[in-house]
Parts: sequence; structure tokens; C-alpha cells
Amino acid sequence: MSAVDDAVHTYTPREFHRQAHDALGNPQIRGNFRRAMDGLMAKRRGVFSDWDLETLRELGANIRLRALAKLPDLLEQLEANCQANGIQVHWASDGDEACRIIGEICQSHDARAVIKGKSMVSEEMHLNAHLERAGIEALESDLGEYLVQLNEQTPSHIIMPAIHLNTDEISEIMHTKTGTERTRDVDYMTAAARQQLRERFMAADVGVSGVNFAVAETGTLCLVENEGNGRMTTTVPPVHIAVTGIEKVVEQLRDVPPLYALLTRSATGQHVTTYFNMISGPRKSDEHDGPREVHLVLVDNGRSSIYQDDELLDTLRCIRCGACMNHCPVYTRVGGHTYGTTYPGPIGSILMPHMLGLEETKDLPTASSLCGACGEVCPVKIPIPDLLVRLRKESVGEGRGNVPGAGVKRSAKEVAAWKGFQWLATHPAAWRRSTALAGKLHKLVPSSLGPWTDHRTAPKPAKASLHALVKRYRRGEGES
Amino acid sequence: MSSRETILKRLRERSDGPLTAPASDFAVVTGRGWDASERLARFEQLIGSVHGEVMHTTQAGWTETLAKVLAAKGIARLALGREHPVAAEARRALADHSVELVDVDRDIEAWQREQFESVDAGLTSTRGGIAETGSLWLWPTSDEPRLISLVPPTHIAVLDADSIEDTFFDVVERNAWAQGMPTNALLISGPSKTADIEQTLAYGVHGPKALVVIVRHTGEVPA
Repeated sequence: MSAVDDAVHTYTPREFHRQAHDALGNPQIRGNFRRAMDGLMAKRRGVFSDWDLETLRELGANIRLRALAKLPDLLEQLEANCQANGIQVHWASDGDEACRIIGEICQSHDARAVIKGKSMVSEEMHLNAHLERAGIEALESDLGEYLVQLNEQTPSHIIMPAIHLNTDEISEIMHTKTGTERTRDVDYMTAAARQQLRERFMAADVGVSGVNFAVAETGTLCLVENEGNGRMTTTVPPVHIAVTGIEKVVEQLRDVPPLYALLTRSATGQHVTTYFNMISGPRKSDEHDGPREVHLVLVDNGRSSIYQDDELLDTLRCIRCGACMNHCPVYTRVGGHTYGTTYPGPIGSILMPHMLGLEETKDLPTASSLCGACGEVCPVKIPIPDLLVRLRKESVGEGRGNVPGAGVKRSAKEVAAWKGFQWLATHPAAWRRSTALAGKLHKLVPSSLGPWTDHRTAPKPAKASLHALVKRYRRGEGES
Repeated sequence: MSSRETILKRLRERSDGPLTAPASDFAVVTGRGWDASERLARFEQLIGSVHGEVMHTTQAGWTETLAKVLAAKGIARLALGREHPVAAEARRALADHSVELVDVDRDIEAWQREQFESVDAGLTSTRGGIAETGSLWLWPTSDEPRLISLVPPTHIAVLDADSIEDTFFDVVERNAWAQGMPTNALLISGPSKTADIEQTLAYGVHGPKALVVIVRHTGEVPA
């Protein structure tokens, strides 16, 4: 079965081209993504129809910008209010430090089993692998994440982690790994996963979740979900650890409803998700359930570097809805794994270079036709195409040098070629002489120009340039 | 320097200089101008579209509706609070009923497996509803803990029709949430669901498979 075979694959951004080639040749992958993305696009259109979408996006962008403008103050306020609520706050400069902090909290409770709600930041820092090395089992509880983990894969979409798998493949994975019947009955498979995971919720020592919005004003952690696994993860185990990027903070509670409205509608075309879970502390002495300890781990991991630059800053407005990938003609065709990064698609292409460096990710900013769809659907109006162009410039050393690995794609030959062209194009006499020469030698231009001509016909310079033709015409030589 | 200090210092000493915070205009998320019947209709349509079952009843007769729901769903064991008027009235009305009432005012550690495996439904009050999205809002308490709206396969929620507001923003503002948040505040919009298997919708993945909303009316009860 291809799904199970696929599991041995490890994807890397360095191999983007080869992976894209493989994915394009895989009708299963293309079919799965095409169907899913078409569905998500249609649902999003439907659910925004009675909204003044532009005004709402303006507000969303504005709230995120305000939060970023006050970011250091808001983080301190968030910390103070969380602590006042009884939440323990930790700071991590990078993913390794965050893993270490979470590992230590687990060890201080002699934890052997961790149950996880969906968290992209934990994927970003490879938390599961870290915990497993420490002898702690980390089990994903979001159904899609659970299936992907059973199949020893990583998510291919930030909202729909198992979107690359179809029903038959999932049935096979569940059969092989958990012993369920082979079936196309989605209700049966869902019920089986419910049973399997309920045992694990009860047995878990620690629950680890992400955060969608952290509210500085009240010290509140907001989680958006449909399944209830997020509520289980943050309520059933005796310890809850929430992990989030430092950019997820918002100033006030009133900032939350507009962002939540934008998030659910942009992500899955829902008016609202089943659950919106707002946590402002551990179990109080008179309460009967909920964790006795709540921790918040604030992770930088490259975000404070992005924060330095006025243009790159917009990257941090992201609320992780996935609309940019749903609408991206490249993502739709090659799928999420092709990118080889935690965050795939357009947002991944503008975010991952900061986390991994352009040496690793130099192909990602070019994995776009710059059609502009991602920027048009972004609920917080991130100018993604402009940022892709900026990273392309950085990768050839023509930017501000603010991105790790800047200049990695700079080639002396290419620079010289463009310098030469620039000189030629700004010196009319030389330009005319060289175009005339090119016209005379047009038979010598090769018909094969590398990959570019695999599917195109090589251009042939005309015998005479348009300039020359007009000149001749004016001299009364008529049309030739 | 600690990571905390390093991060804050980097953010404060931003190389492109300090940023200006724009003001926000929230008009787009409030001021819907719906009347009570529009609010109710919208609430019912939206929560119904995600498999929430809505029953209308009177303030006086709601426990009869509850008894009907319990019978129709074959619920043998019902978890509920004690002090909240909803729980107290339900307890009185169900005293002679065949359904077994399960006390929830005990620490979860003492009865976790019992709650996970042998409770058929949880009954809770709600603080209000949201018309725009078809949502309920709950602030669980020691009387009505967090898990009884999540763990049992059916959640029965009691909502007063006149507590439905237009938007989530209106709820947050008018009820002054920012003045003091509970340990856990919740919006619930339908039973638990997933579309993670090839985008096919399935209900009851981790939480309840069914959500019944008993809407209590002070005046006329809609058909």
C-alpha cells in the first residue's frame, strides 16, 4: 500500500525540485489535494458571502499589527497576568530550549505518557522526537495528526494534517497499526479512534497543546478546535503545557472575536468551530476537574529576528489558517510534504527561510508563480507575494542581508550577465549594434536552452529589429 | 542573560526602530440590529446546520421536555450539578424518573473511568447564546465542571431564549469578560466533529456525538 510505503520517505526542503517532480507524477496525491482544496475554496467563498470581508480583514490586520507594535510590553503583561492566574510561564530562545523545558516539566512529574493537542509549534521544534529520546511517549490526539503519526509521517497541511491520505489509505493504516477492520465507513473508523484515544487521555500524565491567541489583558490562552481533543488534552491530564510562538499574543480580549471569525472562515469555511476553549488558569481549590498545573512556554525560534525588519515583520501577523495553501496553485499540485518543512505552502515559503536559513530553503521562495492568490485571501492581509520577492532578492544577495543564508544563490556569472545587460540596455548605440548583430547571427542561437526549452520553443531573434523595421519604413522603403 | 531577557531586549531594540500601533474600529463585528425572533431563528439555523438539536419549551415546563429527551435518547445515567437552578429543578423533576442521576461535585480523579465509560449524558446550564454563529457560551463551575459537557456521548444544554446576543464580540463586551475570566470559558457550537478522513464529516470523534439545546421561552413558544 502506497500510504504505508510512503512512511519511510523523509522530505527535506533541499530536495524540493525532486519531491515536486515525484508528487506531480503521483495521481493519488494530485487527486487528493485537488479535491480537498477545491472543496475548501468553495466553502470559504460561501461563508464570507454575508460579510463585509474587506473591512473585517482590515480589522484583523490592524489587530495583529497593533499586537506586534506593542509586542515586548504585551509579552510582559501576558506573563504577569498568567502568573497572577496561576499559570507558570517559561521563555525559550529556540526549539531545543523549548523541548528541554517541556522535557524537564514532564520529568519533574515522572511522566511517561504525554497526550498532545494539535500544535504546529511543537512540530516546528520536533517535540515528539525529543520526548521519545527521553523515554516519554508523545501521542497526537487530533484525528488527522493521530493518523499521520500512526503512518510515521508529518502533517501535509497545517489545518488538515492527513489531507494527503484518502479513505482507503487511512483504512489500511488503521488496520495495520491498530487492528481495526478494513472499511470505507468513516463513522466506524472515527469511533474506533475515539475508543483508542479515550484510554490514552485517561492514562496521560501531561497534556501538551498549542495556542491560537494568547490574551495579554487577562492572561488567557485560546484554543480553536472541532474535535474536542483540545479540550480533553487541556482538561483531563493533571498537567497542561501550552506552547506557542511569541507572536501569538493579542492585546485585549475584544481583539479575539474578529480574529476567531477570520480564522475559522478562512481555514475551513466554517462560521465557527465546535469548540472555542479559553483557559485562564489551573484548577482552583473548589473546582473538580481541570489540570492542577498549567504551564505556558513562549518560543522565539527566529521570530525576534523577523521582527527586526519593517517588511519581514508582516510575516508575524499570520494566524495559521492555511488559506494561502488552499488557494496556491503550486501547493495544490505538489502537496504539503514536497516542501519538506513544518509549514508548507506560501506561508511556509516566507517563514521557514528564517527558521532554517536560505541555504536549506532557497528553492521555497521560488515555488510560486507570484499569481497573488495567497495575498488576496490572507485574512490578515500579509503581502505574501511581496515577501516571496523579498526572499528571492535576499537569496541572491540583493536584499538587506537580514535573512540567515542571504546571498546563497548569488552566482558571479549571473551577476555579470545582468550587469552586462544593464549596461547594454542603458547605452542605445551599443544596444542597437548588438541587436543588429543578434539578428544577423539568428541562425546560430541554439534551439535547446536547458530545462526552459523542454516545453517551449527557443526564441529566435528576428533578422531585423522592430526599430530597424520602423526606420526603414520611415525612409520610404515600405513594409518588408 | 536569560532567554526571557534576550528575547525582550531584541524586541525592544528593534533595528528598524519602534513601531506605531494603529487604532482599531470594531464596527464590523457588532451592531447587527436583529430583533429577538431574528436572533433565535439565526441561532437555530446555524447550530442546526452542524447537528445541534434545538427543542423549544417554556420556563415552567422545561423539565418535561428534558424528560422527553432522556426517554427518546434512551439515557439511563445523567450527570448533573446540584446548586444551579437548572440542575436543582432537573433533580426535583427527575426524582421519580427511571433515569439515574450522577453527582458531579466530586474530584474527577475519584470517578474518571466511571465518567468516561458509564455516563450517557451530561446536563448543563449555559450563560447565553450567540445568534451569528449558533453558539452557546458556558463558564464551567465547581457545580457544573468542565468535563460533563465533553466526556458523555450526549450533552444537553439549557438556554434561555432572551440570553441570545447577536455576536461573540457583543457577548464579550456586554458581559464584561475582560473584568474577570473564569478558569475555563467555552463556546460550544454543535457536537464534536471531524473531517480529517478525506473531508468526510463525522460526529462524536472525541466529545459528544449529540448536542441537545433546550431553549426556554418566557413568552410564546415557537412551533
